[in-house]
Amino acid sequence: MNVLYQIGKYFYFLAKIFKKPEKRKIYLYLIFDEIDKLGINSIGIVFIISIFLGAVVTLQTAYNISSPLIPLWLVGLTARDSMILEFSSTIVGLILAGKVGANVASEIGMMRVNEQIEALEIMGVNSSSYLVLPKIIATVLFFPILTIFSMIVGIGGGYFSAFITDALPTDDFLMGIRYWFHPFYITYSVIKTLVFAFVITSVSAYQGYFVKGGAVEVGKASTRGVVYSSILILLVNVILTELLLK
Amino acid sequence: MIEVKNIYKSFRDKNILKDISITFEQGKTNLIIGQSGSGKTVLLKSIVGLHEVDKGQIIYDNKIFSSMKHVERKKIRKKIGMVFQGGALFDSSTVIENVMFPLKMFTEMTKQEMEKRAKFCLERVDLRDIEDLYPSETSGGMQKRIAIARAIVLEPKYLFFDEPNSGLDPKTAIIIDKLIKELTVDFNTVTVINTHDMNSVAEIGDNIAFIYKGRKWWSGNNEEIFTANNKELNDFVFATKLMREVRNFKLKN
Repeated sequence: MNVLYQIGKYFYFLAKIFKKPEKRKIYLYLIFDEIDKLGINSIGIVFIISIFLGAVVTLQTAYNISSPLIPLWLVGLTARDSMILEFSSTIVGLILAGKVGANVASEIGMMRVNEQIEALEIMGVNSSSYLVLPKIIATVLFFPILTIFSMIVGIGGGYFSAFITDALPTDDFLMGIRYWFHPFYITYSVIKTLVFAFVITSVSAYQGYFVKGGAVEVGKASTRGVVYSSILILLVNVILTELLLK
Repeated sequence: MIEVKNIYKSFRDKNILKDISITFEQGKTNLIIGQSGSGKTVLLKSIVGLHEVDKGQIIYDNKIFSSMKHVERKKIRKKIGMVFQGGALFDSSTVIENVMFPLKMFTEMTKQEMEKRAKFCLERVDLRDIEDLYPSETSGGMQKRIAIARAIVLEPKYLFFDEPNSGLDPKTAIIIDKLIKELTVDFNTVTVINTHDMNSVAEIGDNIAFIYKGRKWWSGNNEEIFTANNKELNDFVFATKLMREVRNFKLKN
């Protein structure tokens, strides 16, 4: 019963978020601010994760090919498709759920605890829209850029690992990443990222917005935000894969 | 004038407010006093619409606020200024940005006009040269005054204060009390103050309502409170030796 109540409350919260904003000019400024805070500030972590993911996938695939009948360029193809199809969207999405989700839930949660949300409501400002809508728009706009960035860096990581080890010749890797390329895989990955961005921001914001109590509860809400958005990412991943790659 | 008529409020099975009726007059400082947990914060938040009442009416200048739709309430809310217990300042914004915030949201003023108005309000609460600081870089008393400046920036008709003196030293508390009184007279506002500071009661209590176990137990002013024949009120107001001595001194003179 409580689950149904929470789901209903979440959708009611979403309805409030998407009500007509008070002043569009202010929202525009807030969106750019959030792109900086939630998007550009995540470039570093996405870079580090992607480069190592690409390198590890390349090395694991190369060392697991023992048959001389399997051409080595398949390593490049595997690394490319693994990055594009799954790692750059889902794994990076899960990492961003941790970083961005915790940030959003704790920021909004602290505003609730310090009565700043009440202060906005008293002034006649739609607090949920003012606080959450710019974050959702910013992540939905910027996370696809991070995903494409992750793909490039991941494949670059694979090339780098081939370059510094003797796992496979770099020419084979380069041939593999150019072979049998499906542009739709990128579209599929970007569509997934758009949904993940929405899930991460809205679920974490929901957890922070309805916090009651003090700092301990804000911490718990941040954890819930990360856990629930991660679970939803995995669920949505299955559904979208079935729908888009069928 | 704000009228509260027979309001009830409960959370789950717990009745917090029971049949409370109070009138808050314009141009006067109206105090709500009571022990912690008596329901005074719930009462204040119900009056401003942060809590919906279960029964009864809240009337702002003959308009029934408690049964208004969201859009109508928004119009009234633009005439409300509220100062929260902790100040509720936006910590990622500077002092001047905090004060300018309502102007940005609800007026078409230019940046220069907004800055001028915000500086005027800051000066009105005796704050100068702190515009570019962040709230965390200011003292507790300053934060309260910044919050007051933000509350008055749109020239409100109704001013609400939740525990304005909590966490302040007695000297700063007196300054805040004086400021509240001056603003009430200058702007001719309906000022409602939620407090358990007995100094405020004695200094600025034009109208006082004592809340006890969710009910209005007593009402009067800062003169009548010294002669009130109400056990619960006297136990609360004259709990300290100092207040008892003040009462004895007042009664003798």
